[in-house]
Amino acid sequence: MSVVSLVLPRLVDVSAASRRSASVTERNVAALRSVYWLLLVSGFVEPLLYLLSIGVGVGALIGDIPVPGGEVVTYAAFVAPAMLASSAMSGALSETTFNFFGKIKYMKLYDGVIATPVRPFEIALGELAWAMLRGSTYSAAFLAVMVLMDLTTTARALVAFPAAVLVGFAFGALGMATATFMRSWQDFDLMGSAQFTLFLFSGTFVPAESYPTVLRWLVEVTPLYRAVHLIRGISVGVDGWAWVLDVLYLLAALGLGLLIASRRMGGLLYK
Amino acid sequence: MTTAQPLIQARGLVKRFGDFTAVDGIDVEVRSGEAFGFLGPNGAGKSSTMRMVGCISPPTAGELRILGMDPVRDGPAIRARLGVCPQLDNLDPELTVRENLTTYARYFGIPRRVARARAAELLDFVQLTERADSRVDPLSGGMKRRLTIARALVNEPEIVLLDEPTTGLDPQARHLVWERLFRLKQQGVTLVLTTHYMDEAEQLCDRLVVMDGGRIVAEGSPRALIQRHSTREVVELRFAAESQEPFAGKLDGLGERVEVLPDRILLYVHDGDAAVAEVGALGLTPANVLVRRSSLEDVFLHLTGRTLVD
Ligand SMILES: Nc1ncnc2c1ncn2[C@@H]1O[C@H](COP(=O)(O)OP(=O)(O)O)[C@@H](O)[C@H]1O
Ligand SMILES: [Mg+2]
Repeated sequence: MSVVSLVLPRLVDVSAASRRSASVTERNVAALRSVYWLLLVSGFVEPLLYLLSIGVGVGALIGDIPVPGGEVVTYAAFVAPAMLASSAMSGALSETTFNFFGKIKYMKLYDGVIATPVRPFEIALGELAWAMLRGSTYSAAFLAVMVLMDLTTTARALVAFPAAVLVGFAFGALGMATATFMRSWQDFDLMGSAQFTLFLFSGTFVPAESYPTVLRWLVEVTPLYRAVHLIRGISVGVDGWAWVLDVLYLLAALGLGLLIASRRMGGLLYK
Repeated sequence: MTTAQPLIQARGLVKRFGDFTAVDGIDVEVRSGEAFGFLGPNGAGKSSTMRMVGCISPPTAGELRILGMDPVRDGPAIRARLGVCPQLDNLDPELTVRENLTTYARYFGIPRRVARARAAELLDFVQLTERADSRVDPLSGGMKRRLTIARALVNEPEIVLLDEPTTGLDPQARHLVWERLFRLKQQGVTLVLTTHYMDEAEQLCDRLVVMDGGRIVAEGSPRALIQRHSTREVVELRFAAESQEPFAGKLDGLGERVEVLPDRILLYVHDGDAAVAEVGALGLTPANVLVRRSSLEDVFLHLTGRTLVD
């Protein structure tokens, strides 16, 4: 009895909170209009172009590459998981930074939402889930292409999918937290540069092992490196238990991002 | 909860922004089923108060209970039972008129089927059915306002908070909104509204407070306020001269109060016609004479002054 009366309110609270988050996601589905589909398609095409031009094109000049597990893979197979990770990143970021910022600052969308039972944390979670609906679609499509091009196996692709979703969630949460600090659209140029730097140096095109030690350490603590490391491990060969570290890192980023985002939103909205 | 308990109870309620005090220790009680008004010039602290009552702005100090609950701790539970029409419409520009209502209903956890039915009813209630599938942007100001009011009703709230519901509307739209609010009141919904239109306050409010500079300067029913703070009648005199000032001196002692405006003089008196006769007996010949009943506007201007605050 006492256990029930202690636990039940919390359960009810959790289910009410997730229902309210879902209503925020639902709003985005209702707002989806035809123009948006073009944007959706572009998010998938970009990493595919990188894969074809660099992975396959440049790969023909480079030849095979050893991966940490000890195996040797084609350059395209080496680059493909990195493209998947970075497309999961940019898909999540574009929704949670640019669009989210617009919704807070210019559309004033949440000014109306906070007058309902929905709380900032639930808004953040609902928006993140929406971003991930989009990001996960890219990931699934990209994995299908990887299997078709024989860059990984179907079984590995099936395991890589939830990993890519986790990557998206982590970056989405970090992006959302970042968006709450943005003052104007100009700040996005800065973020774009940061994102591109990550994209170039996170063991994407070159194994991190080939950098000088200090630079290598620096690279290895960045979130995109952890994401690439995780997905590459799954798609071409696992490097011991290091993937556990990747997963924990991404989960921590997700939690931290959500926490900061909802705190900051509370401050911005509850004036 | 007993019925005697007020739905909204504030004691010494304070809201500060930095070191600026927007609401400076107000006491308010709103009872079930009444229409309660906050009257006051711009910057009086009406919206700040409404936002605290709407549980979207934490009070800086003082006590606030809404529906017997604490707005900081029980925000979601209280907001579930409130309807809010903010001063500035914040409709969702990416959704249609109808979707604005159905989506909002979903934020309250209302099932989709119920949400659709309620949206249809409310669109009818605010006469927007014909625009149901239009986006929000092309709507006129009056239509947006009506939609915001409809949206505030989507969860069948016990208390509806309306921050300047008719500001900026044309007379037709204002009367439509008044009529709808009056109907809500008859259904037993508690209304809390802010306004700086005296006719609106006189028409809709059972009880009101006049706010100025973050404080409450008067409270009561419109009739009681007029009785307490003004005379029964007002005589407006306009003299054909550059300045009205010289005439005012001669009118001293006539009625309870004489007020000089740039274009006319107001005499606050019990009996207007008798006062006009006295003016004539003094040998004064105003170009224009108007005798009227005292209104809430006289009270308002008396209490909050005629200086423009913006
Ligand atoms: N978020 C805010 N930050 C700083 N000052 C504010 C804020 N909101 C309102 N104020 C100030 O508080 C005062 C009261 O504002 P408000 O409550 O909107 O008055 P009213 O609704 O009666 O016109 C105004 O001087 C306004 O400038
Ligand atoms: Mg206001």
